[in-house]
Amino acid sequence: MAELKVPAELKYAKSDEWLRIEGDTGTIGISDYAQDQLNDIVYVELPVVGDTFNKGETFGSVESVKAVADLVLPVGGEVIAVNDTVTSASELVNSDPYGKGWLIKIKINDAAEADSLLNAESYSTYRTN
Amino acid sequence: MSYIPHTDVERQQMLSAIGVTTIEDLFDAVPSAHRFPRLNLPTPLSEMEVLAEMMALAEANEHAQDYANFRGAGAYHHYIPSAVNHILMRGEFYTAYTPYQPEISQGTLQATFEYQTMIASLTGMDAANASHYDGATSLAEAITVSLEVSRHKRNKIILSPTIHPHYRAVVRTYHQGRGLKIVGDKGQATISDLADMLDENTAMLAVSYPNFFGQIDDLTTLAEKVHNAGALLVVVANPMALALFKSPGDFGADIVVGEAQPFGIPMGFGGPYLGYFATRMEYVRRIAGRVIGETADTEGQRAYVMTLRPREQDIRREKATSNICTNQGLMALAACVYLALMGKQGLRKVAELCYHKAHYAAKQISALKGFSVDQSLPYFHEFVVKCPMPAARINERLIEQGIIGGYDLVQDYAHLKNHMLVCVTEMNTKDEIDMFVEALGEVAKQ
Repeated sequence: MAELKVPAELKYAKSDEWLRIEGDTGTIGISDYAQDQLNDIVYVELPVVGDTFNKGETFGSVESVKAVADLVLPVGGEVIAVNDTVTSASELVNSDPYGKGWLIKIKINDAAEADSLLNAESYSTYRTN
Repeated sequence: MSYIPHTDVERQQMLSAIGVTTIEDLFDAVPSAHRFPRLNLPTPLSEMEVLAEMMALAEANEHAQDYANFRGAGAYHHYIPSAVNHILMRGEFYTAYTPYQPEISQGTLQATFEYQTMIASLTGMDAANASHYDGATSLAEAITVSLEVSRHKRNKIILSPTIHPHYRAVVRTYHQGRGLKIVGDKGQATISDLADMLDENTAMLAVSYPNFFGQIDDLTTLAEKVHNAGALLVVVANPMALALFKSPGDFGADIVVGEAQPFGIPMGFGGPYLGYFATRMEYVRRIAGRVIGETADTEGQRAYVMTLRPREQDIRREKATSNICTNQGLMALAACVYLALMGKQGLRKVAELCYHKAHYAAKQISALKGFSVDQSLPYFHEFVVKCPMPAARINERLIEQGIIGGYDLVQDYAHLKNHMLVCVTEMNTKDEIDMFVEALGEVAKQ
């Protein structure tokens, strides 16, 4: 198995979503570990722009040939963009989970909610042990 | 021969492994008074005796083929070519289930795929599933799809009062406790009244085509109104009518459901019947049941696979939105064989025969003193007859003459006292129709 990527600049949830914070905008996707565990992803179900979710709420799901996994929001906010490309080309989540395979962008309600997320190092330890 | 695979020794080993002595010990949690109730069953019978008893019960029924039958109202008397049953009874096919290891049963999957393809083609939809229990279940499942499409932000469901009364009852049972607002069907709302009920909380609007009274409503502008409100248009259609009339897909339906019993399945009280379900590609991920697809195997040969079962419990676990993991496999096969035998022209011919015979009967009946036929809208093979006396009384007289008269509409529609819903299919000969008309005329004179 190839070494799983865990970019240093991102925050991670124990449910395997990553969060990139730029100002009050958060970009969310699933980690390399998650896509690898799920295997070939065949369908991604995402919310629509304008939906709001609290931290910990389910905002969609990813379905692979093996299972269906809920997508859990790492910080609360309002959806401001949805990656429509992955809904038709779900394999991008497998091939480029931190890049073209991003899922949604939100306007973060409360940046302090990100404090409880893991950094790259802790997430790596969490998933390799 | 024993049908129980475990020996006494094996059973004893299992019992001791879990620390009990007898199988009865496993039921200790059940209060002793209720543990082994006396069932008061009759004494055992031999096969010969059982057969005699069952025959006696069966003979208490009357058989549609012994009567001139003019009743439809959801269960239709059509000719079933004998090849349908011959194929159904083959051991390779004879199961009600989609197989649990589906791809090993290529024949079953091919039949299901062809059934789906023919249903999709008749309804004008992109995809059909492998079937549901009956038409009413299909309608109930269409509601779940519409709620999912609205992502549960809408909870109002508009049903036409001319959808089959049983279907509307099943829908209410199926969805009880979900907090839905099911409206529209309590009075005599027209299609345009129903459209006026659309609002930002409406998930779907469902109409029947033909409607329960056999009529073809003008649905041409309905889809636009429904879609403008952000809701789905669901059409409950008798698939036999679709051989003759414009398909619901052509006037903008999002989901088409109904009862496919007219396709090679006998009329039976309690079924088994066949619910079909077809939709547009954009909603295919929301549907219950299974979709069989065609693909190529590793050697490039045509093969069939279980393509989609997006809402079932085995894959969605607690997120499943339907508890249906099975279908009417054998009945779907019957419909598939029936449609294949009939072919496009043959099916249209059956529908045309129904249409013309029904129109002949309606013309004759409307000429009778005291009777009138509602011909305000085009109709397929059923029509509403206003009678000079209660339909139930007329039917009592008709049955004595070997005629099953029309469905008594006052049972479901209080304003339709003295109205019967008459159905004429290709099974009714001209002589039968003339006899029925004459008998109606005689009854009215008494």
